Amino acid sequence: MEYVIIIISAVFVNNIVLTRFLGICPFIGVSSRVSTALGMSGAVAFVMTIATLVTYLLQVYILNPFGIAFMQTITFILVIASLVQLVEIILKKVSPPLYQALGIFLPLITTNCAILGVAILAQQNEYNLLESVVFGIANAIGFGLALILFSGIREHLSMVNVPKAMQGVPIAFIVAGLLAMAFMGFAGIV
Amino acid sequence: MNQWKNFSKGFIRENAVFVLFLGLCPTLGVTSTAINGLGMGLATTFVLFMSNIVVSLIKSLIPNKVRIPTYIVVIASFVTIVELTMQAYLPTLFEQLGLFIPLIVVNCVILGRAEAFASKNNLLTSAIDGLGMGLGFAFALTLLGAVREILGSGSLFGLKFIAGDGILLFILPPGAFLALGYLIVIMNKIKEKTT
Amino acid sequence: MAKKESTLLNMVLTLLVVTAVASTALGFVYEFTKGPIAAAREAKRISAIEQVLPEFDNNPGSEVKALAMDGDSVYLYTGRKDGEWVGTAVQTFSKQGFSGYIWLMVGFLPDGTIHNIVVLEHKETPGLGDKMEQEKSFDKKTGKSWSSQFFGKHPDNFQLMVTKDGGDVDAITASTISSRAYCDAVNRAYQAFKEGGNQ
Repeated sequence: MEYVIIIISAVFVNNIVLTRFLGICPFIGVSSRVSTALGMSGAVAFVMTIATLVTYLLQVYILNPFGIAFMQTITFILVIASLVQLVEIILKKVSPPLYQALGIFLPLITTNCAILGVAILAQQNEYNLLESVVFGIANAIGFGLALILFSGIREHLSMVNVPKAMQGVPIAFIVAGLLAMAFMGFAGIV
Repeated sequence: MNQWKNFSKGFIRENAVFVLFLGLCPTLGVTSTAINGLGMGLATTFVLFMSNIVVSLIKSLIPNKVRIPTYIVVIASFVTIVELTMQAYLPTLFEQLGLFIPLIVVNCVILGRAEAFASKNNLLTSAIDGLGMGLGFAFALTLLGAVREILGSGSLFGLKFIAGDGILLFILPPGAFLALGYLIVIMNKIKEKTT
Repeated sequence: MAKKESTLLNMVLTLLVVTAVASTALGFVYEFTKGPIAAAREAKRISAIEQVLPEFDNNPGSEVKALAMDGDSVYLYTGRKDGEWVGTAVQTFSKQGFSGYIWLMVGFLPDGTIHNIVVLEHKETPGLGDKMEQEKSFDKKTGKSWSSQFFGKHPDNFQLMVTKDGGDVDAITASTISSRAYCDAVNRAYQAFKEGGNQ
């Protein structure tokens, strides 16, 4: 039951993008087309899940026992940066077209606050190993959900007359605000 | 470029938030009040200023292939210093800003300036760039925070000028998106009129 | 711009040196700020005790008793005025919050009546579970907040469970889990008070 609550909370009630404001940069940058949104979501899901797992082990077996919990920020971000490098290398070999499509956004996953944010949140919520991994996967799903919904809307927006001053980023934010309002409706679920 | 131009570009012409669209997570996440926006902006300015200085000092000692991880360690160190110092001397602000303090390390503004500017310019220019971009970022955050606080709570920097609540939407997540979106629209219109 | 060659040795060496310097510097800052950080936490705790107990003139921090309960510890702080026992503040917790741990400071009068409750730490959802904080659920018209329903009540004749579970507590709307956790914490505090609060 605990796990269901973690999942519903991460995907809908406390959606990582629309409620917690993490992962906004790729949200605005990659969401103009559904296809890139899907690719980015997949890459983020992969990195987020493994990052949550590895940072959990790091915190529990190294940082806490040695009393160096203040090194959390540095070690976590280095783990994430290395993971992203790894994903880049693997993707280049396994799926070159996807690698090309993601372009600059792949290394930018390192600076995706969603990944570092989720890793830190898993620690703050004091989840155990399995709960942390479920939390990571659930947040990745929430990120993908928000991203794909958003890109669908933006694809439609690009075919409509938008006032000049609102074109591009501003209208994207306003739409995101409406989407966030919709997600607020999930608030009372649990 | 002369140092005044170097410093002032961070405020309007190349404002991190309104023009470059960088550092958006904290911009939306902590601006429910003006003081939080200001606090986060100043914390980020400190990290940006110090990391630009350090990167500019050691740039010729870093092999090209490890420059990004090195910048990250430098930036993360200053972020941790800010974390610990705030926890010790400004505990209320620390609690308000919460998760977003360690997240300063992934603020694209800081890594971006280290890579694009500090690694290619001398100490003085990099330092002033850091200061200008940082304070410009702080300006953007304080402005957004002020707008959201005035509309959402009917107060500014904690001083209430109406009784009761304002338009609550603005201190909740959707309000952040809406307020920022419309602020950018206003900026765009101003730019249209002045060109 | 003269940059060092990217040989494997140079790269590894650079990263090691940078990380070593960073870790040492941070170690210093950590040691330096340890004291003030602990002091800030202590100040917050004392302020909470002052809010939940009637006037006292001793230092409750020096008369603290720790009780191990349910996998963690509960702390009892005794308040005295002119040598008379005026109440005990219990720092309690619940692991069943919507987002994990919540910590409360419950003030009991010597006869066990709940005087006041202050939330120390929680991660509940803003706008929902966070109404357990007095400031967040304060209604100007009635001068009361959600937790006011606990004050002046005695746990022996006020069932510390939400009405859904057969108790006397009105849960926060749409935040049953947070409300249950709050009751769980107050219950734990009362158990601790009965066990160790007799001064």
